[in-house]
Amino acid sequence: MEEETHTDAKIRAENGTGSSPRGPGCSLRHFACEQNLLSRPDGSASFLQGVAEKSRERLIRNTCEAVVLGTLHPRTSITVVLQVVSDAGSLLACCLNAACMALVDAGVPMRALFCGVACALDSDGTLVLDPTSKQEKARAVLTFALDSVERKLLMSSTKGLYSDTELQQCLAAAQAASQHVFRFYRESLQRRYSKS
Amino acid sequence: MAEPASVAAESLAGSRARAARTVLGQVVLPGEELLLPEQEDAEGPGGAVERPLSLNARACSRVRVVCGPGLRRCGDRLLVTKCGRLRHKEPGSGSGGGVYWVDSQQKRYVPVKGDHVIGIVTAKSGDIFKVDVGGSEPASLSYLSFEGATKRNRPNVGDLIYGQFVVANKDMEPEMVCIDSCGRANGMGVIGQDGLLFKVTLGLIRKLLAPDCEIIQEVGKLYPLEIVFGMNGRIWVKAKTIQQTLILANILEACEHMTSDQRKQIFSRLAES
Repeated sequence: MEEETHTDAKIRAENGTGSSPRGPGCSLRHFACEQNLLSRPDGSASFLQGVAEKSRERLIRNTCEAVVLGTLHPRTSITVVLQVVSDAGSLLACCLNAACMALVDAGVPMRALFCGVACALDSDGTLVLDPTSKQEKARAVLTFALDSVERKLLMSSTKGLYSDTELQQCLAAAQAASQHVFRFYRESLQRRYSKS
Repeated sequence: MAEPASVAAESLAGSRARAARTVLGQVVLPGEELLLPEQEDAEGPGGAVERPLSLNARACSRVRVVCGPGLRRCGDRLLVTKCGRLRHKEPGSGSGGGVYWVDSQQKRYVPVKGDHVIGIVTAKSGDIFKVDVGGSEPASLSYLSFEGATKRNRPNVGDLIYGQFVVANKDMEPEMVCIDSCGRANGMGVIGQDGLLFKVTLGLIRKLLAPDCEIIQEVGKLYPLEIVFGMNGRIWVKAKTIQQTLILANILEACEHMTSDQRKQIFSRLAES
């Protein structure tokens, strides 16, 4: 008999009974699981841990949708699979850059290239571009996606406390930094085409 | 921290459109705009130049330029949508300004009308076959579009077909046939038994099908072989023995990454053995 089990769990581990690496007395994030979703395979399950992953997916998807010429491929789904090899800070910015390079490599028609730039704001107002994981524990972390034609803002994701002027300063710094990223794109694509 | 003014100047510099003529043969990226030849005079050094309005009908000579793969028309300019090298071909018989296109490397095939492709028959439904050509949808092939089509000589499910597209656009399911406009097969139809089908990138196929390609001539001197190239990245090859067939398949797949010197070395080594 086929049954669909939907488990929704919020677990609080106390005093070292949990297996989470964060230490005793911490709480794990909300997670959800669905089983037997697909009828064809013998077994299937879906596991969702934390809402942050979903929102990061949505941000990357919306940025890609703004840039890809979807009208040339109706009734077609374009799937982008991103695998984190190592996380050394600025993960969302790195994911955006990887997604852009993958779309170019696949030959998907796009109206512009895009890049992701992250910056962190310290408690005394200093701006650090492309922060490491340690630097990301600052007062605020802002990630921007910029397009290559006029450095326009495609997406912004921010966490923390910052003022209006600080936002403008971060955006200006990110726009200046995006030039380096686009120059790197151009060099690496030229190197690839020079081999043929 | 960068000043907003200098940032604005640098960002505008990156978006200035370049003349298509100056960029020929170079790598272009998606988002770049290209100017066609007759627009360069209008731009001028300052940008906005006033031209006296001419009442002579002949003065405004608009050249008709064809926009090939990787380019789209954006107002008066060409917008690059794929990454690759910009190419141009002069018109053969004086009409129009020729064709511009971007030579890009990709693995995924998108059906184009007139392309000759190798497909695999996957299903028979009613009057048509469903043929997998590597695109997003299977193409349909009618029972009657073979030379000398009868009830007996029809392809079966699993056969390889070499045909060309008569209908291929983004809105409709692609349709292919195995006869040309005169009703003759012209090399198309069911591909024979044995042999090996393998996949390469689309750029390599175009390189191999170029008129003066040395690779095919060298391969032909090595072993007698039959070979079929599909524009969808598929190659079917057959030689006298299985070992020779596999050697040929490996050479063709590796051709993409080898320089011509390395290739000549490998061919000479194989010719000796």
